[in-house]
Amino acid sequence: MMQKVYSKIESIVGNVITVRAEGVSNGDLAIVTTSQGTSYANVIKLDHDLVSLQIFSGGQGVSTGDQIRFLGVPMRVSYSDNLMGRVFDGTGKPRDKGPSLTENMVDIGGPAVNPAMRIVPRNMIRTGIPMIDVFNTLVESQKLPIFSVSGEPYNQLLARIAMQAEVDLIILGGMGLKYDDFLYFKDTLEASGAMSRTIMFVHTASDPTVECILVPDMALAVAEKFALDGKKVLVLLTDMTNFADSLKEMAITMDQVPSNRGYPGDLYSALASRYEKAVDFEGAGSLTILAVTTMPGDDVTHPVPDNTGYITEGQYYLKGGRIEPFGSLSRLKQQVNKDTRDDHRALMDGMIKLFASYKESVEKKSMGFMMTEWDEKLLKYGALFEEKLMDLSVNIPLEQALDLGWEILAECFEPNETGLKSDLILNRWPKKSVD
Amino acid sequence: MANTSGRVIGVNGNMVSVEFDSAISKNEVGYILLGDVKLKGEVIKINKNVASLQVFEMTEGISVGDSVEFSDEMLSVELGPGLLQQIYDGLQNPLPELASQCGFFLQRGVYLDPIPNLDWEFTPSVKVGDLLRPADTFGTVPEGLFTHEIMLPFSFADVDWKVTSIKEKGTYNVREEIATVEDPKGNKRNLTMVFTWPVKRAIKTYEERLRPDETLVTKIRIIDTFLPVAKGGTYCTPGPFGAGKTVLQHMTSRNADVDIVIIAACGERAGEVVEVLKEFPELTDPKTGRSLMERTIIICNTSSMPVASREASVYTAVTIAEYYRQMGLDILLLADSTSRWAQAMREMSGRLEEIPGEEAFPAYLESRISEFYERAGKVRLKDGRIGSVTIGGTVSPAGGNFEEPVTQATLKVVGAFHGLSRERSDARKYPAIDPLGSWSKYVGIIAANKVEYARSILFRGSEVNQMMKVVGEEGTSIADYVVYQKSELIDTCYLQQNSFDPVDSSIPIERQRHVFDLMFTVLAAKYDLESKKEVRSFFNTLRQKFLDWNNVEFKGERFSQLEGEIKKLYKGKFVQFDHVAEKLM
Repeated sequence: MMQKVYSKIESIVGNVITVRAEGVSNGDLAIVTTSQGTSYANVIKLDHDLVSLQIFSGGQGVSTGDQIRFLGVPMRVSYSDNLMGRVFDGTGKPRDKGPSLTENMVDIGGPAVNPAMRIVPRNMIRTGIPMIDVFNTLVESQKLPIFSVSGEPYNQLLARIAMQAEVDLIILGGMGLKYDDFLYFKDTLEASGAMSRTIMFVHTASDPTVECILVPDMALAVAEKFALDGKKVLVLLTDMTNFADSLKEMAITMDQVPSNRGYPGDLYSALASRYEKAVDFEGAGSLTILAVTTMPGDDVTHPVPDNTGYITEGQYYLKGGRIEPFGSLSRLKQQVNKDTRDDHRALMDGMIKLFASYKESVEKKSMGFMMTEWDEKLLKYGALFEEKLMDLSVNIPLEQALDLGWEILAECFEPNETGLKSDLILNRWPKKSVD
Repeated sequence: MANTSGRVIGVNGNMVSVEFDSAISKNEVGYILLGDVKLKGEVIKINKNVASLQVFEMTEGISVGDSVEFSDEMLSVELGPGLLQQIYDGLQNPLPELASQCGFFLQRGVYLDPIPNLDWEFTPSVKVGDLLRPADTFGTVPEGLFTHEIMLPFSFADVDWKVTSIKEKGTYNVREEIATVEDPKGNKRNLTMVFTWPVKRAIKTYEERLRPDETLVTKIRIIDTFLPVAKGGTYCTPGPFGAGKTVLQHMTSRNADVDIVIIAACGERAGEVVEVLKEFPELTDPKTGRSLMERTIIICNTSSMPVASREASVYTAVTIAEYYRQMGLDILLLADSTSRWAQAMREMSGRLEEIPGEEAFPAYLESRISEFYERAGKVRLKDGRIGSVTIGGTVSPAGGNFEEPVTQATLKVVGAFHGLSRERSDARKYPAIDPLGSWSKYVGIIAANKVEYARSILFRGSEVNQMMKVVGEEGTSIADYVVYQKSELIDTCYLQQNSFDPVDSSIPIERQRHVFDLMFTVLAAKYDLESKKEVRSFFNTLRQKFLDWNNVEFKGERFSQLEGEIKKLYKGKFVQFDHVAEKLM
C-alpha cells in the first residue's frame, strides 16, 4: 500500500484542495494533517499529476504546507452487529463515548441492484399510525419522502416511526440536524428502548459540509449489508434538502455550471442513486427508505422536492402537524392492502371520499353559505376523523384503526349515505349500542 | 491492424481524459484497463492527442497512467434473431444473464454477448451466384411470432455482393458461418446470423420514407378519437410526477396495434420496470393469443445505473426498432423518460466544460432531440413492403412546467402532444391527458369534423365552467348550463377510461366508433329542459347509463339493452338537432 506523504498543496478553494501527487486513484481516501488535527479527504478529480481532494472537515485553517497521506482505498464503513445502538458522524467516527470501529470495512456508494433481480413488493410495514397504515400503507422496499414545510414536526414523526415500526433495524441518517433535534432523537429512542435496534449517522448543522454528503451513503451501505444478511431494515433520513444543499455547495466550489436555482445538473442522479438503494432481496432481507424533504417556501416545484417526486414511490405530505390525506400517496399500497382485511380498500376509499366532501362543506361554510343537514353530518364526521385518526399521537394497530373507522362512520351517517358496498356494511357496520 | 492504445491523464466524474498515440475516431469505443477489469467508454471529444472518454461505469479506482485500449469500432449493438423477449441494459447487456453470473448487484466491467447463443432453423432464400445488396434477405429463421429475416449487413458497401456459398436448410448456431459473399473486387466476407450496427447512425437501407397516414390504434379512447398517433409518427407525453405517464405508457404497450413493442426505461424507477417484467409474461396479446412478452424487448437503464449508458440506451432501443422495421414490421418504441436522457447529456456537457444553454442544457439539445425523433418513420422497403417505427416519449418537466427546454424542444419535432395535467390526475380523471391543451397532427379513427364539433363543446363547457365560478350557477343561462353538462358528459364517459376495468381498459376501434356515434347524437341534440335542476338530473341519468354501458361487453345483451335505454332517454327530451352538427351527420 502506498503511504507516501505529500506536502505541496497547490490551491485551497472552499473545501477542495489540489496537490501534486502520483499513483493516486479516483475516489481514494487520504488523511490531511493540519495544525488543528487530522481529517479525511477523498479524491474527486485527477488532471495529470494534479489531484483534487475534498476535505471532510472543511478547508478552514488548511495551510499550503500541510501533509497529505493517501491511503489507497476508497471511503469505507465498518459493518458488524457492534454498530447497534451506536451513534457516528458522517465519516464513521463515534459520536457517543463508545470505541471506534474498524473491523470488517465495506465500501460505501456501491453498485446498483440489477433490475432483473428485483421482485414485486409484497409486505407491508406496520407503523401504528392510522394515516400511514390505513390510508397510505408503507411497503417493504419502498422509498418515500416526507414533504414538509420547515417548522412541521417531521422529526417527531420520524422518531415515532422509529419507535413503532415493525422492522428489525432502524438506521437514522441525520443531515444538517439541529443539535437539539439530535438530542431529541437520542433521548426519545433511548427512553423508549428502541435505541438498541438503532444505528445513527448524524451530521449536525455545525459540522463540516462534506460530512453531510457522506451520511446517506454511510447509512445506506450499512443498511444494505444488514438487508443482505436477512434483516428488515428501515432507513430514516432527515433532511434530504440539506443534503442537496451540500451537493450544491460542493458543485459551486468545483466551478460546475449550475442548472436550476444553483443546484448541479446531476441532482436527479445523485438523489436517485441513494433512493434506489431501497430493495427487497429475494431470499434475504429488505431496505426501506423514509426521507424528510423540507420544501423551501412550501413550494413543491422547488428542485429538491420536484426531483425527489420523480424518483420516489409516492410521498407523505406533512401539513398542520398531520399527514395530509390528499397530497399523500403510497404508490405501492395496492400491492399489500388487498391482503390485510377485506374491508381495508373499500373503507379507505370511502372514508377519503367523504373527507373530500367534508372539505367542500368547510369551504361552503367559510363562504357563508347555508349548511344543509348533510353538511352538518359531514362537519361532524370531519372533526371526528381529524381527532381520532389524523392526529399523529394516535398509535393503534391497523385492525383497530379500521374498526374505529366504522365506528366514526356509524356515529355520523346512515349506512346508505357512505357509498360503501352493501355486503361490507352488513358485515362490518357496528350494531347500534344502547346508550 | 494494431488498435490504438493510450493512457489516462485525467479523471473528472465519468469523463476520463486519455492521451493516445495514433489515429482514433470520434464515437469510437475504448476500454480502460483496471487490473483484469475493462471499463467501456466512448470517445466524445478529441483535442490534439487527448481524447475525452465518456465511461459507462463508475470511475472509482482509475488512476493517471492506466492503459486504455481503443477498439476501432463505434458504439454498436448486435442485431440478429433472439432479440425479442430480451431485457437489456443501455449497452445491450442482457440483465437476467448478468444476474445469474453476478448476483444481486451490477458488477462493472462485465459485458456479455447480447444475442443469446442459440441454434435456429435456417432456411436460405438465395442460391450461389445470386447478387445481394446491403439489407437484402438471404434467409429466414422463425423467431416466435415472426419470420426473422437474415439480411446482408447494413454496413457493407452498397455494391453487388455475389453469394459464393450458402448453407442448406438446417439448424445452425447464431454465430456460425452460414454464407459467404464476394464484392466485385473479389473481397470475400463470411456471414453469420448476427452483425453489428453503430447506434447513433440511423438505418436508411429503404426505398423511401412515407407520410405517416395510418392510425396506430392504442385502444385508449381519448388518444384514438381525439389525439391520434400514427404508425411511423412521433408523440410525446409530458407531465408532472404522479400524473400517470408510466401507467399510460404501460397501457399503450399492452394494447397498441403493432407487431413489436420496445420499452426503453431510461433513468426512471427500477420498480416500474419490475412490474412490466413480472406482468408481461402473464398477459396475453389479444392479437396473437400468445404471451405479451413474445413481442416485447425491454431496454432498461434505470436511474441508479450509470448515467453515460443512460444516454446510450435510447439509441440502442431505436436501432433495434429500425432493424425489425427492415423486415416489414410495425414497431412502437416507448421511451420513459426522455428528460432523463437529456439530463445525461447535460451532465456530460458540464464535464466537458461546454458553454451551457438554457437551464445548463447543452446548446445541441434541440438537434439531438430532433435527430432522435426523426428516426421514427413509415418506410417502403426495396421489395415494396411497408414497415414503420413509431416513437412515443414521456417528458418529465421540472416542476411540471412545460416551458422548460426539453418539453419545448420535443414539441417542435413531434406529431402529437399528449400533455398530462396535475389538475386532472388530482381529480382522479385518468388518463390525465389535458383534452384542451393537447394536440395531434395525425388522422384518427373518426371523421375529423365530428371530433372537432365534440372538442368545441369541451372548449365551450370549460369556458362556462370558468364563468360559473365567478357568477355562480344562478347567473348562468340554461343554454350555457346545458353546454357545460354536455362537456362533462364527454369528459366522464368518453375521455376518461378505467385502466383497471377488464372491459373498459381497452376499447377496439369498432366499439369506439359505435359509442362515439351515439355520444355525438346526444351532443348534437337540443333538449326540452325547463330548469337547471331538470338539466342536471337529465344529464346525471345519461351519464350513469353511459358509464354502465362502458363497462359491459361489446354487443352483448346488456350492451344493446343499455344502448336502448340511452336512446329512449334522449329522445324523450329531444327537440331538434343543432344545425351545425346536423350537417356533419
